[in-house]
Amino acid sequence: MTALLSLERVSKRFRGLVAVDNVSFDVPEGSLFAVIGPNGAGKTTLFNMIAGAMSPDAGTIVFAGTPINGLTPDAACRRGIARTFQLVRPFAALSVEDNVMVGALLRHHDVGTARERAQALLRDLDLYDKRHQLASTLTLPDRKRLEVARALATEPKLLLLDEVMAGLRPTETDRMVATLRALNRDSGLTILLIEHVMRAVMALALRVLVLDHGTMIATGTPQEVVHDPAVVQSYLGAEVV
Amino acid sequence: MPLDVYLNVAVGGILTGLVYGLMALGLSVIFGVVRVVNFAHGEMMSIAMYLAVVLFSGLHLDPLIMLAPIAAVLFVFGYALQAGLINPFITRPEHSQFLLLVALAIIIVNTLLIVFGPDARTVQTSYAYDSFQLGTLIVDATKLYAGGAAILFAALLFGFFRFTLIGKAIRACADNHIGALVVGLNVRHLYALTFALGAACVGAAGTMMTLIIDVTPMVGPTYTLLAFVIVVTGGLGSMPGALIGGVLIGFTEALAGLLFTPSAKSMFAFAILVLVLLFRPQGILGKRVI
Amino acid sequence: MAAMIARLAEGVSPRAAVLLAALLAALLLAPFIVNDYLLTVLIIILYFAYTGQAWNIMMGFGGQLSLGHAIYVGLGAYIAAFLFTRYGIGPWLGLLAAIPVAAACGAVIGFLAFRFSVAGVYFAILTIAFAEFARIGFDHLDFVNASSGLFLPVAQYAHNDLWRLRGNPAMFYYVILAATALALILCRMLLHSRIGYFWLAIREDEQAARAAGIDTFRYKMYAVMISAAATSFAGVFYAFFYNNLFPETVFNIGRSIEIILGPVIGGIGTLFGPILGAFLLTGLAETLNSVLIAFGVDLPGAKQVFYGICLLFVVVALPEGVWPWLARRLGIAERSP
Repeated sequence: MTALLSLERVSKRFRGLVAVDNVSFDVPEGSLFAVIGPNGAGKTTLFNMIAGAMSPDAGTIVFAGTPINGLTPDAACRRGIARTFQLVRPFAALSVEDNVMVGALLRHHDVGTARERAQALLRDLDLYDKRHQLASTLTLPDRKRLEVARALATEPKLLLLDEVMAGLRPTETDRMVATLRALNRDSGLTILLIEHVMRAVMALALRVLVLDHGTMIATGTPQEVVHDPAVVQSYLGAEVV
Repeated sequence: MPLDVYLNVAVGGILTGLVYGLMALGLSVIFGVVRVVNFAHGEMMSIAMYLAVVLFSGLHLDPLIMLAPIAAVLFVFGYALQAGLINPFITRPEHSQFLLLVALAIIIVNTLLIVFGPDARTVQTSYAYDSFQLGTLIVDATKLYAGGAAILFAALLFGFFRFTLIGKAIRACADNHIGALVVGLNVRHLYALTFALGAACVGAAGTMMTLIIDVTPMVGPTYTLLAFVIVVTGGLGSMPGALIGGVLIGFTEALAGLLFTPSAKSMFAFAILVLVLLFRPQGILGKRVI
Repeated sequence: MAAMIARLAEGVSPRAAVLLAALLAALLLAPFIVNDYLLTVLIIILYFAYTGQAWNIMMGFGGQLSLGHAIYVGLGAYIAAFLFTRYGIGPWLGLLAAIPVAAACGAVIGFLAFRFSVAGVYFAILTIAFAEFARIGFDHLDFVNASSGLFLPVAQYAHNDLWRLRGNPAMFYYVILAATALALILCRMLLHSRIGYFWLAIREDEQAARAAGIDTFRYKMYAVMISAAATSFAGVFYAFFYNNLFPETVFNIGRSIEIILGPVIGGIGTLFGPILGAFLLTGLAETLNSVLIAFGVDLPGAKQVFYGICLLFVVVALPEGVWPWLARRLGIAERSP
């Protein structure tokens, strides 16, 4: 499998603080890749650099063969990188359907076609019945699924999920895991996720990267990482089976 | 033109600029603490100006003497306005706030128009045409007094914020709204007090301005815009910035009026505004709020 | 074409359609029913409805508060008037010249604002600065007579010349009515199109919109430029209706504020808000005026105080505007697209 996304010695600092320090890794196409680590480890900063919200101070980020350092967020999305936010940001005053349509309109200029695409996605993500509701009236798990739907509507090659399981109950987490797994399996979508919920990481990920204070302290399969002493000490506290 | 003329005009501009600075100081204080963009600032000043005019023509009371009382009246007006009308708007979207004050501005200007008519009113004090001579420098007495009073008033205000307990409380509110609430400060009262202080500044500045310019209802909007130019240039939320901005604008305006046509002088102010908004939106001394 | 009309009608409830048709019928018949004075009032109402609708594109759709919209009116007015008085070029051709100039002016303001992150209140102040610039600038432009004013040859009342916009009030009335109707249709089309969705998204959450692939700079520019171009027609109309132009009045900040009153009171971002706002405001103001005159009272500025009070009331009590409130009462609430 070729690497869809490749980071080479990427660093980012904010004034005195080094948020991301010399991080390199490859995300193979079609894989499910997780980034874990304690709070403040630099995970969201990493995401922001990939998604174009920030640009790296050093190193290169290569996506589908071309470097994307310094690309604007909207250009990154047009290239095929979609993202969700740690604190969900649906368009509150728009309906569920309209939220997803905004994403769909990126690739389908006709409003009618975009609406069909949006409705199909809503069906997949179990939000079809609520499509006329205002996004602000949804529960948190629904809003998370809405953000995923909107991101998917832009027909990305790479989906960045920032703590999409946060705040979800175990049953809801399982449901989201199943949805994501199905997406990955059926359409070959490459998914890169930041997660704290180990239950989801163990169930989903093919490969895991562990960040602490901006540096990579471990990388490998979930099983390998979870038994790594450095990871246990800095993050997990105890071995997670 | 001989250097003397430039110098005299420049000094006159600086002195006028101090009064502008005091006016803008009010706006800066209000924005810096209450975070309200007072689009009715110049209009509030015009209320003070008309008060001064009426007191002078009716009771022959010199504006310099009326400084404190008129400032006090504006103080009360400002307090009532903030506590009564503006307070709920602090949490509303920005343009909502702005439009509220636009509405107030419209009401004030046109009420003044109805009451006083469009003709210009002036205050001709006994020393209106006096001047002082320092070597080759000739300074208008009115401008000197006005400028001096402006510095005094500004100093009092600085002192208040620096050294009094209430002043510190207000600065605390500005720094951290929630924190101030948690600590038990009566934020609503403090905000109203701040607005009142800003209004008092404008009241004092307006009283001084009657010595320098003619008073018409249209003075309001003109000086609102000028206040914004000054505050944006000097730095929104920065008190020294407002004064420096005022002096800068007063100075440029005076010289521009001399070098080009008088009516073009506001074009310079606007050109400066645009440049500042583009290249240094925090102004000369401001903190980056945007 | 049929598909486009069908799409326009989509989502409009039968009740709304009937009310709209009734309103249109009443407006079409008005010149035959009302007297000259009322006709002039209606022209002014429709003028503000049109201009407010054009402004609404920048604010309600694009999310940018412009308090200097008089600049586009002024540019349209002066360009068309200049071409007519100097070269005899008719207003419709003049409009063709005015539109690109106004759009370019909007583009400059938009570019400066968006590239340099001048937003919100600062954007409003920027627009005021530009309008003032234009006012002072035109005051010194000798080839349009500077502050002395530019005058068009007075129209002959009896003879209607649509091409040169010379004629009696009824002709002007139908022109501005047609323009307002077209503006309404244009706004509806825009709102329900791809660009309308993107505008909504940008207004809701610009960062999230960018993450969804929207080039927010480009779409904000579109809003600004379309709004500016549309407003320039109002200027052309103004010049040919009033036949005199002074920089002091045309570019005045008071004009800019008048433009925003209708949409703010009616409802920013709604389709019908600017129109309702114009009717309410001007209608009530003229009534007030008539009452005052009937009592022999002449108060210059009374009308503006009234406008200020209306604005105050709406901002405090009905922040969404009168139209959403009224529409709910009538059972024809606008669905956001």
